Amino acid sequence: MPRILLATAAICSIVLPPLAGHAAPLTALKSLKLDVPTSDATVPPGPGADAVNGNCLACHSADHLTNQPSLPKQTWEEVVQKMITAYKAPISPQDVTAIVDYLASTKGTK
Amino acid sequence: MHGSDRFYPPMRRRHLLGRVGAGTLALLSAPLSRPAWAQAQVDLHAPGAPSLRPMTTAYPQKGPMILQRTSPPWLETPFKVFDKGVFTPNDQHYVSWHWATFPSEIDVGTFRLTVRGHVNQTLSLSLDDLLHGMPRVELAAVNQCAGNSRLYMQPHVAGAQWANGSMSNALWGGVRLKDVLDRAGVKAGAVQVRFGGLDEALMPEAPKFLKSLDIDHARDGETMIAFAMNGEQLPLLNGFPLRVVVPGWSAVYWVKMLNDIEVLDQPDTNYWTSTGYRVPDTPNSTITPGQMGVKLVPVTRMPPRSFLTNINSGDTLRAGMPTPARGIAFGGDCGVARVDLSIDGGKSWQPSQLGKDEGKYGFRRWQAQFTLPARGSHGLMVRCTNSNGVMQPSAPVWNPAGYLNNTIETTHVVAA
Repeated sequence: MPRILLATAAICSIVLPPLAGHAAPLTALKSLKLDVPTSDATVPPGPGADAVNGNCLACHSADHLTNQPSLPKQTWEEVVQKMITAYKAPISPQDVTAIVDYLASTKGTK
Repeated sequence: MHGSDRFYPPMRRRHLLGRVGAGTLALLSAPLSRPAWAQAQVDLHAPGAPSLRPMTTAYPQKGPMILQRTSPPWLETPFKVFDKGVFTPNDQHYVSWHWATFPSEIDVGTFRLTVRGHVNQTLSLSLDDLLHGMPRVELAAVNQCAGNSRLYMQPHVAGAQWANGSMSNALWGGVRLKDVLDRAGVKAGAVQVRFGGLDEALMPEAPKFLKSLDIDHARDGETMIAFAMNGEQLPLLNGFPLRVVVPGWSAVYWVKMLNDIEVLDQPDTNYWTSTGYRVPDTPNSTITPGQMGVKLVPVTRMPPRSFLTNINSGDTLRAGMPTPARGIAFGGDCGVARVDLSIDGGKSWQPSQLGKDEGKYGFRRWQAQFTLPARGSHGLMVRCTNSNGVMQPSAPVWNPAGYLNNTIETTHVVAA
């Protein structure tokens, strides 16, 4: 009898693979209403910071920028151009210059 | 408020310590009050780049996470989580969004998934239709951002500065994409299937986040529409109520809050499919910085990876003493064939024992025992070979966008 039980258990475990730490299959979903954090932080002060705060933070919070590594100025120019061409950021030419200068001075390589 | 309050207080120290020593924990001596921990930082140890990140418990349905970006959220799974098991808890499954416009409120009664385009019949499916009207499938699969481990690329590149935790493994439950497409009836001449979610582009002209798969891939019977993660509904930030699961492929294809499936009779020209997420068409997606004239191809299949999870860089071990090593591995677009360990910086390798196979696309546990022969510094390396015979490279992976980093990991320890 124990052997039969074991054999049955073995078959069941093949047919019905055990779930990871839970048993009942999901039968209904529950509506969600949650608060997702946002940020009103601005970037560290410096020449061009206003242009960064006024443009870049429309789409992403300041920590996106502060966590970036230091990169050559040409790379920052490419990054800002990508924001304009690929993601359609409406940045004026004067602000492009100010943003690139800010990035080159705060996140630039020597 | 969160599950974290029930489960995490004893663990927080370990999460916060992450892969590093106590020296990085500025607030270790502070009282263990919630505000103090909320402000604590983790050191991701990236030479020459900002390495400190706050830990956060501020996000709904999420426990302690590494805050890579507040909005749109980039929340990284603390590395210690990977030592606890092969299935990542839902409340620590990493989070990544392109646009901050996704809704924070979803009504399951009115939500509909549209299937349209080059089909015989446009569908508007309720969640009940999916939960109760179609065969269910379940599959373990690693969800990994294409940019996981970008932080460690040298030279550094712009983008999300993920350490090794923009990856998570879950048991996904849902329906086959094939079954949904069959119900709509794909017309002859279909070439791709495009997925869209509830997140909209912020600027009017900007490209909505969409991703497409070739029609045969979409109908392979493995690609699925998931409504369950580890037996529960998806957390909002992981794509509630539905997300695409493309086993073995980078997470960029796993569109979250999926509400639109469009069958195309022409190749997708949307930015995200036609231009974004590109890697060099070279071995290990690697070029030398500045190398020109390289053909770019889309990020698709994941390469194999493996990690040592019970020993951290900077740890001191006993020389001459048998020491257990364990960790996780995944094959990428296929299973794990073997995981090998080196204690001499890659000169020689010893096999490890693989743990239970929970499915070829999921994490696989490995373990081994080793003895450091002499006092001094040692480099512990772990290397996965997948069932297609693809082995992690020892040479650093590098490309301008920082994708598909699967360089063999080295853990620097001292034997005393």
